[in-house]
Amino acid sequence: MGAVMGTFSSLQTKQRRPSKDIAWWYYQYQRDKIEDELEMTMVCHRPEGLEQLEAQTNFTKRELQVLYRGFKNECPSGVVNEETFKQIYAQFFPHGDASMYAHYLFHAFDITQTGSVKFEDFVTALSILLRGTVHEKLRWTFNLYDINKDGYINKEEMMDIVKAIYDMMGKYTYPVLKEDTPRQHVDVFFQKMDKNKDGIVTLDEFLESCQEDDNIMRSLQLFQNVM
Amino acid sequence: MAAGVAAWLPFARAAAIGWMPVANCPMPLAPADKNKRQDELIVLNVSGRRFQTWRTTLERYPDTLLGSTEKEFFFNEDTKEYFFDRDPEVFRCVLNFYRTGKLHYPRYECISAYDDELAFYGILPEIIGDCCYEEYKDRKRENAERLMDDNDSENNQESMPSLSFRQTMWRAFENPHTSTLALVFYYVTGFFIAVSVITNVVETVPCGTVPGSKELPCGERYSVAFFCLDTACVMIFTVEYLLRLFAAPSRYRFVRSVMSIIDVVAIMPYYIGLVMTNNEDVSGAFVTLRVFRVFRIFKFSRHSQGLRILGYTLKSCASELGFLLFSLTMAIIIFATVMFYAEKGSSASKFTSIPASFWYTIVTMTTLGYGDMVPKTIAGKIFGSICSLSGVLVIALPVPVIVSNFSRIYHQNQRADKRRAQKKARLARIRVAKTGSSNAYLHSKRNGLLTEALELMGTPEEEHMGKSTSLIESQHHHLLHCLEKTTNHEFIDEQMFEQNCMESSMQNYPSTRSPSLSSHPGLTTTCCSRRSKKTTHLPNCNLPAARLRSMQELSTIHIQGSEQPSLTTSRSSLNLKADDGLRPNCKTSQITTAIISIPTPPALTPEGESRPPPASPGPNTNIPSIASNVVKVSAL
Repeated sequence: MGAVMGTFSSLQTKQRRPSKDIAWWYYQYQRDKIEDELEMTMVCHRPEGLEQLEAQTNFTKRELQVLYRGFKNECPSGVVNEETFKQIYAQFFPHGDASMYAHYLFHAFDITQTGSVKFEDFVTALSILLRGTVHEKLRWTFNLYDINKDGYINKEEMMDIVKAIYDMMGKYTYPVLKEDTPRQHVDVFFQKMDKNKDGIVTLDEFLESCQEDDNIMRSLQLFQNVM
Repeated sequence: MAAGVAAWLPFARAAAIGWMPVANCPMPLAPADKNKRQDELIVLNVSGRRFQTWRTTLERYPDTLLGSTEKEFFFNEDTKEYFFDRDPEVFRCVLNFYRTGKLHYPRYECISAYDDELAFYGILPEIIGDCCYEEYKDRKRENAERLMDDNDSENNQESMPSLSFRQTMWRAFENPHTSTLALVFYYVTGFFIAVSVITNVVETVPCGTVPGSKELPCGERYSVAFFCLDTACVMIFTVEYLLRLFAAPSRYRFVRSVMSIIDVVAIMPYYIGLVMTNNEDVSGAFVTLRVFRVFRIFKFSRHSQGLRILGYTLKSCASELGFLLFSLTMAIIIFATVMFYAEKGSSASKFTSIPASFWYTIVTMTTLGYGDMVPKTIAGKIFGSICSLSGVLVIALPVPVIVSNFSRIYHQNQRADKRRAQKKARLARIRVAKTGSSNAYLHSKRNGLLTEALELMGTPEEEHMGKSTSLIESQHHHLLHCLEKTTNHEFIDEQMFEQNCMESSMQNYPSTRSPSLSSHPGLTTTCCSRRSKKTTHLPNCNLPAARLRSMQELSTIHIQGSEQPSLTTSRSSLNLKADDGLRPNCKTSQITTAIISIPTPPALTPEGESRPPPASPGPNTNIPSIASNVVKVSAL
């Protein structure tokens, strides 16, 4: 028995067992595949020069620097994909589920619909939101609400948006969130916005209605000093 | 909120513009950025090595030394830098924590030095990232054990002044090196265990013949002597067991422990033997009992650390051994069946049944080959040789694999348990962080209103609300407040939510309300002002004391009339009007009292009722009085 063991162990050390060969080869193949995939995803995007961005947006150089530092910290590859976007946004709303609203936001930021937001897109949108004219802000908001980007907001799209906003509140609210609260909210919204009562809100109706409402006008100026 | 994403707060706030057209109420005003200064580089000189970072990076964690104003104590005016006389190596990790939000533990670092540095910088070690957490915990445990050992040896050296007799005895039993008497006792019991075991063995040796009869084993020849020896040993063991039982700090736990069971099993046969008569029927059972005397050998495990470790090892790899046994059983059954049917044909075959073939299979597979059962048919021989060849594989191969697997799996199990515990701890941490941030928001809401109340009264009496939130926190809370306004609902914590649910199920709302005393049509109302409590139509309904919202709140009525649009589910009280008069210099940031005029339907006159909240547990006992000054009470 001892002799058997001895020969067996020497066999082991001298040559690779065929089963191990197969496993090893398979492992190498998988690793190469993964590396290829990694290379493709590790596309590192560098934004255009600081001067160009400064010219295109309403931010100063310093502000752009601060923004980029924060951006690069969270997304070293230079682009944000939807997952990361959702995760970042969810951190600000610990109570509820911010993923749907983040989804719509992402598609509003991603103008070219490529599935990833580069720093230029990011900064362009921020520039509109924080430093743009009222008209620009309202246009951007209209674009956000218009989920399918067809130029009109219908009730379903608004329902989705409002539901996403209510989702961010979470479960523990006062008063208790009812099932039809979003629907009622949307109804009020449409009452206000839809001038010709045709069930859809066009950009002009939207602009007009918002400009009539003092509240909205005032609140649009709220974030002027963010930065 | 992880401080790492603090840099994205401007983005989140900008995105809030998307809510604006949906909201129907005005938004609260943004917190003012009081000391708006450009982000600057600060220099941290740690024992000569200079680190530089942005000020905002450090301010991400305001409750640490570097993030708070505590670092001003270390500011060197001459060189305009912060000087710390500490270890620069560990400082590297600390600074990376600020930069990345993850705290790492370098393996080469001594655990107590690391802990000291973290304590100095005000960082809790619990936030160490998962990558280094296991290592950190392991080292910490080793260190703790080392400290415990040191303490124990210290304790052993110093004389414990007032230990009771019982405690001394227990210590003597557990640790024989404490006193000479204990050592003597230890050796004596060891000697007797050995004697007893040797007696049991020698008892069965044939001891020469008594003339006139066949050869007898020594036990029967010198039965009296052996009996005396046995009695002596058992008496010693019994005395020892009773003494241990007496000295044990927890008798119940002692009785259940393995060693005491071994003791009992070792001495029981003797007593049972005494009790039983020399009856023919029971003598068989009596003989069986004597087998248990061999358990006395296990008593040695008190004397040998190695034996204990072996027993524990076997216990812990029981599952692996069980699996080995199971696979062996499978192989045995297969081959036994094959051999039985192969040998069925031959005459005078020893393979009378499958269980009888088990013996052949085991002997063959372990390459013992006694030769008492041999196959005679050709098929039997073929299968028999296959059996013995595969025996080598099935039995000989797994044994070293099992041995190495055993150590690997053992450690793996330990790591899996550790990981499970860590996962639980990690989830708990995430939950705590989440609830922390949401609680922070709720807390700051309350605090914010309290500070407003105090500012209103002009007497900053209590400073405890002056817990300054960082700018980032206040901006974050403003963002959450905007969300509340947009949706017309408020964040509350879980307990209040449950209370609300219970209360709403207990009450039913009337559809109309009694006209209030002072109702003004077209009175200013607030559509989504803060509600302090859900006041009900029952004037004397006592709200649970725990439901203490902001004190000086403008309470509202929760009207759930069907004729009312569900948006404006709350109206503020008339106190607003009075309050406005009281606050001529109110900062425009008094967002809670934003007023818009809504034409009120005459049926739903806004009513207000507010009264000082019921006595609430808490430090703000003077607030109710303030509230009563401010607020007018109107009965429902």
